[in-house]
Amino acid sequence: WTVLTIETSIPFTGHRIDPPSRSVDTTRKELLSFFRDMARMRRMEISADSLYKAKLIRGFCHLYDGQEAVAIGMEAAITKRDSIITAYRDHCTFLGRGGTLVEVFSELMGRRSGCSKGKGGSMHFYKKEAGFYGGHGIVGAQVPLGCGLAFAQKYSKDETVTFALYGDGAANQGQLFEALNISALWDLPVILVCENNHYGMGTAEWRASKSPAYYKRGDYVPGLKVDGMDVLAVKQACKFAKEHVLKNGPIILEMDTYRYHGHSMSDPGSTYRTRDEISGVRQERDPIERVRKLILTYEMACASELKDIEKEIRKEVDEAIRQAKESPMPDPFELFTNVYVKGYGVEALGADRKEVKAFLP
Amino acid sequence: HEVLLFEALREGLEEEMDRDPRVCIMGEDVGHYGGSYKVTKGLAEKYGDLRVLDTPIAENSFTGMGIGAAMMGLRPVVEGMNMGFLLLAFNQISNNCGMLHYTSGGQFTIPIVIRGPGGVGRQLGAEHSQRLESYFQSIPGLQMVACSTPYNAKGLMKAAIRSENPVVLFEHVLLYNLKERIPDEDYICCLEEAEMVRPGEQVTILTYSRMRYHVMQAAKTLVNKGYDPEVIDIRSLKPFDLYRIGNSVKKTHRVLIVEECMRTGGIGASLRAAIIDNFWDYLDAPVMCLSSQDVPTPYAGTLEDWTVVQPAQIVAAVEQLCQ
Repeated sequence: WTVLTIETSIPFTGHRIDPPSRSVDTTRKELLSFFRDMARMRRMEISADSLYKAKLIRGFCHLYDGQEAVAIGMEAAITKRDSIITAYRDHCTFLGRGGTLVEVFSELMGRRSGCSKGKGGSMHFYKKEAGFYGGHGIVGAQVPLGCGLAFAQKYSKDETVTFALYGDGAANQGQLFEALNISALWDLPVILVCENNHYGMGTAEWRASKSPAYYKRGDYVPGLKVDGMDVLAVKQACKFAKEHVLKNGPIILEMDTYRYHGHSMSDPGSTYRTRDEISGVRQERDPIERVRKLILTYEMACASELKDIEKEIRKEVDEAIRQAKESPMPDPFELFTNVYVKGYGVEALGADRKEVKAFLP
Repeated sequence: HEVLLFEALREGLEEEMDRDPRVCIMGEDVGHYGGSYKVTKGLAEKYGDLRVLDTPIAENSFTGMGIGAAMMGLRPVVEGMNMGFLLLAFNQISNNCGMLHYTSGGQFTIPIVIRGPGGVGRQLGAEHSQRLESYFQSIPGLQMVACSTPYNAKGLMKAAIRSENPVVLFEHVLLYNLKERIPDEDYICCLEEAEMVRPGEQVTILTYSRMRYHVMQAAKTLVNKGYDPEVIDIRSLKPFDLYRIGNSVKKTHRVLIVEECMRTGGIGASLRAAIIDNFWDYLDAPVMCLSSQDVPTPYAGTLEDWTVVQPAQIVAAVEQLCQ
């Protein structure tokens, strides 16, 4: 057997739409790559935690461990010509788009070889050539941008789509509803992905949302509720959504997921939820363990082979950290680069300007 | 050929839309209605609904969508029906428009134009009479220009569209019907250059937008009284053209700034600081600055007149400076 059909953990729930089938096609190769990629993300985030505690990473740092299946399942359903834009919990999305561990750790430590030259930091990762549009720090403000990306895709008729990700906290931002209205009016190929990890910082969803059924929040826009801890369900939903938006305009996907870490490094993550809750999710719904179990059940690899993969990843991550530490800090002149693209035909600004060059058409 | 200022802006838009298929326009009532000040009149018929987009009344989001489209390579021109409405989009303009080029380490450019009418009109009330240049001036990465004549309106519009930087183009509600003969040939204006309006020897008057006309009215009186003021329309509100401004200061040694912006934290305050920092040694008198009063613009005509600088005040200030 090369193609295997596996049932998702739970059925999808649709809003104004017939949900896709629970049966998902996959292969040994795909499941092993899911395992490796998610384990790499997990290891990267755990290492970032240590680097933060060692004071090599400063400022804000939001970790994604627990939510890996969303990034990986989404990538499995789309291509790099499709676009992704997300909020500040962006390290793993960047990695999923083909970013490297060295770029991640360098950026986190503010080094020259970071993906944003050390000028962006944890919340500002981008990868233009792979369709990753960031990496945004203002909660919810990335969603209108994502709808704008989808507008540009429709404008240039290239049959690609945009996934605009936001959390359950951002779901209460007015601009989401504004942008969704415009996208629906203009039939834009945009998928609004609500990564519902159930806490906006320390505020539980039910304390911030009168209706925490985020997939229904679009009213006139169809929605789908997905088990975001099941990578195959995410893949199925994203594939379904991509086809849907190219024909019919926007859709909302609510990914039911969970973050193990606190909101950011200053949040132990235990004041507003119980330790039992966290360990319960780890034991019953962990996205990596689910794939491990599938691989073992179908005897695609044995337990020791998976352990070996994890050991390799550990080495890979340590090596990336070593390289990132060797990368120098940005040059002082970089303070002033990338503020402006050199103005329209103007060479220099300020009192000592020698000449003005305006290119006439 | 002779055009009104709003027609000059439209010509600029139309020529750039012909030249570059990536240029599109979005905003409230820019399409079927034709723009509340007629700047986009007829463009929807010519270019269709995909390039001239009527948006719902949702400034925050359609400005954000313009920025997203710009990240992907389009060159959107976003109209704020009135500058005051753009406060609803302040986050998008500041955090995304201004900073994305930097935070992405140069990966993305945001070639967007945000434009619309601002300034104190005729009894439009506080919310519709705002000068947002003072709010926007500290946003890094944003360029700001103010047009004042049909000639520079068209030239700046075209340059702003071609610029890789996000540009805010300030228009003035009272200037849309100014008439001027402009060249038939294609031309653009430099976004970072001040405009010499009247060369003179005695005192440098720096102004922009509508106040240019109050200054010129005052200049007439001043010339009759035997003064020889130099009048410069600074045009580029960010960054300042300190080259042209500096050369003028070196010649006259006296500076008067006349603006419609607010007294506190306005363009004049920044300009005065820049002049003092850079040209202190050339100054023979303190830099004077006439600005609007720090009040919400009142509705009543008389009160409104007292809010903005009047020609008589300019005359008095120059006489004082030249004593």
